[in-house]
Amino acid sequence: AIHLQEPEGKHMGFAWGQGNIFVYETLFKATGSGSPFIHEVRKDEDIYSPILRKLFNESHHIFVGLQTIREDLPSKNKKPQFVSISKNYRSVIRACMEELHISLNPTVSILLAIELIWNLCEVLFIDAAPAGSLLLHLLDWVRLHKADVDEKARDVLQSDSPAEHRDYWDVVVSYVLQGRLDEARQMLGKKATLTPAANNIFKMMDNLLSKMPFYNPGGTQTLTEFDVKWRHWHEEVDRCLQDNSFASNQHLEVLCKILLGDEDTLLEHKDLLGTWYHFLVSRLLFCHPTVKPTELHYYAQVNYSTKTLSAPEPLDSILLAAFEFDIHQVIKDCSIALNNWWFVAHLTDLLDHCKLLQSHNLHFGSNLREFLLLEYASGLFTHHSLWQLAVDYFDHCLEFGRVYLELQIERVPLDTERKALKVLRICEQRQMSEQVRSICKIMAMRALRNNRLGSALSWSIRAKDAAFATLISERFLQDYCAKGTFSDLDLIDNLGPAMLLSDRLTFLGKYREFHKLYGEKRFKEAAKLLLSLMTAKIAPRSFWMTLLTDALPLLEQKEVIFSADQTYELMFCLEELTSSLNTPSSDSDKSMQEEDVELTKVELLRLALSRNLAMAIVKEGTVET
Amino acid sequence: MENINAKYVSQKISKTRWCPVSYSSLQQPEVFATGSWDNEDNKVSIWSIGNHNNSGLEDGFEGDPQILCEHKHGGDVLDLQFLDQERMVSASSTGAVTIFRYHPNTHTISVLQHWARAHSYPCDNAPCTALVCSSPEIVTVGEDGRIVVFRADQEGAVRVIENADSSTIHAVTYLKTTEVLTVNSIGQLKLWDLRQQSSSPSQILSL
Repeated sequence: AIHLQEPEGKHMGFAWGQGNIFVYETLFKATGSGSPFIHEVRKDEDIYSPILRKLFNESHHIFVGLQTIREDLPSKNKKPQFVSISKNYRSVIRACMEELHISLNPTVSILLAIELIWNLCEVLFIDAAPAGSLLLHLLDWVRLHKADVDEKARDVLQSDSPAEHRDYWDVVVSYVLQGRLDEARQMLGKKATLTPAANNIFKMMDNLLSKMPFYNPGGTQTLTEFDVKWRHWHEEVDRCLQDNSFASNQHLEVLCKILLGDEDTLLEHKDLLGTWYHFLVSRLLFCHPTVKPTELHYYAQVNYSTKTLSAPEPLDSILLAAFEFDIHQVIKDCSIALNNWWFVAHLTDLLDHCKLLQSHNLHFGSNLREFLLLEYASGLFTHHSLWQLAVDYFDHCLEFGRVYLELQIERVPLDTERKALKVLRICEQRQMSEQVRSICKIMAMRALRNNRLGSALSWSIRAKDAAFATLISERFLQDYCAKGTFSDLDLIDNLGPAMLLSDRLTFLGKYREFHKLYGEKRFKEAAKLLLSLMTAKIAPRSFWMTLLTDALPLLEQKEVIFSADQTYELMFCLEELTSSLNTPSSDSDKSMQEEDVELTKVELLRLALSRNLAMAIVKEGTVET
Repeated sequence: MENINAKYVSQKISKTRWCPVSYSSLQQPEVFATGSWDNEDNKVSIWSIGNHNNSGLEDGFEGDPQILCEHKHGGDVLDLQFLDQERMVSASSTGAVTIFRYHPNTHTISVLQHWARAHSYPCDNAPCTALVCSSPEIVTVGEDGRIVVFRADQEGAVRVIENADSSTIHAVTYLKTTEVLTVNSIGQLKLWDLRQQSSSPSQILSL
């Protein structure tokens, strides 16, 4: 948060940067003094953390697996699968926490909170435990998030005389508050052996603790039966208290009151409880273990509002909303409180698969799940490396995913051909032909700029971009005219069917073929090809002169190569060419010398053609005897 | 079934290579190198899968790779090859070719040689796409269509074949000690005889 100093009369101005906003104080006046600072605000900073990267990658894996769960099974069969996926997500969060612990990173506390919320959502929404099991799950939840008890217990047990350690009774009470009665009994046993005189009352306490009933969801006992049993036990404990059985030992008497769920006693131990939700669960454990999910919110409200142990934080309101089974509120509060969309996107997606979200459409067309996933994935796309993950997320947003992907994929920087090919493959797999063309064109332009004509041509062939192929072919032809030889023969010789992409390209290929035939002394075929290049109008008019000049050596051969008909056609081409050249036109700045050269060429050609025609007529008219 | 170990390393890896062991030792190699790509800061790293210290199972499973050392690398690592037991060469997307030395005693990596513009365009960088080594000779190819021959002990390039290919050369390998084979982006294999001074391949094969 950015705080303005002395906010009276001051405003905040901003300007968009590249991926960030610049925020500054202003008075909106021409003069005056103010803060000289400009703040840069960026979103999605978290994605650059190397350890959180593990979170993003592994959760991506889980996400894709979730999307491919078969739809045909009824929802209730899928519940164990969803619970297991929820646990997978949580274990990834925990794995990250462990790594961050080592580096003393402050993000740990955020991850702790996230895991706490997720765990509660899993218990209440996904697992949807009914009365009886509900409390057991909540107990697990609390135990999982209060690790200091075990640390303290370890310290106590490792000391010389555990029963006399100053934290001894704290550990015992903590165990009881978390319903870990076996461990409490073991601890008590140590004290009992030290004070044989009080053996009786320790035995009595041990007895009470051992007899506390816990609901067994897999067992044959019904909830009502359990309730009856529990009330019996509760009355027995109450009797012990009324009889002052534990009056001689203040600690045991406290334990007894806790077992009865006495509110004041519990409050006295708020340091050991630490949080209001621990207080809530402990209260429920000892007052109302058969609590129903629908009753939870009442108890939560009561316990929270009167017993806040610290200033209210966003985490508290999120947990309260969860206890009230208000999923949308949970998601909303989390979206505001957290600075990264990861949590809400994945949780909402999972809840959506459990069919727990009412599908009310948001104003901008998509539903909540898709909106959050799109936001998350868009953030990922700005990362130089994690963009590949985002593609899968877009794939599973059915309404707008494709559009988002189309817009974003073109903005991935393409430094190497290898990366460009990867991006292309993604586009080709999804039939995004426009993006394919666009990327190929970018690569082709870059190659062209660096004078890599072969590379540029192969990119435009891949894009099936006829216009560009024509452009490049022109360059090749210009090079030929300038140097007299072809460059990059390896490419032109092996165009194959790609030659047909553009007329100019076809001409280039065929022209090269002509040269090859000539080089192999297959003159008749070469001649035929040369002629067809002009008559079939494959060759551009500007190139005809060159072609005709190429025909000269063929006309000058001793042996007749061009037949009479072919010679007529050549003459026709020459006349067509010269007539268009003679029209008064552009090249008025042609020097006299150039014009002379042109005229000489034409004369030479006419001569050669006539001579060839004569020889051809004679040859064809001769009857072989 | 053999165990498959997966370890997350927070970077995209482009190449992994086992470190060659001496011919006399009959053991499997235990050390390997990796090169990363598509990161803001790429690096070349050395890992080990042997149980080095007597830490028992505390450091993870047996066979879990442990990072020994790493060195930053400018640009994506497009290829990585070992020259001999201690030296490895990397091809970078910036067009640079670098020889690294791994010191097993101190677990450090140092740069021995760095040819910054082995491959380039007249006014831009051209990625060096692949390389192959036959100590002390190194042959590299790149998007600029050039084949460059280096020697590990010499400063400059020994031989440069300009315009060896009109399109990008994707990979190179030795056929014999004096002949290399390259492949380009339009699917042509070209055979080059390095003994000859000509700038054209001795054979072109296309699919």
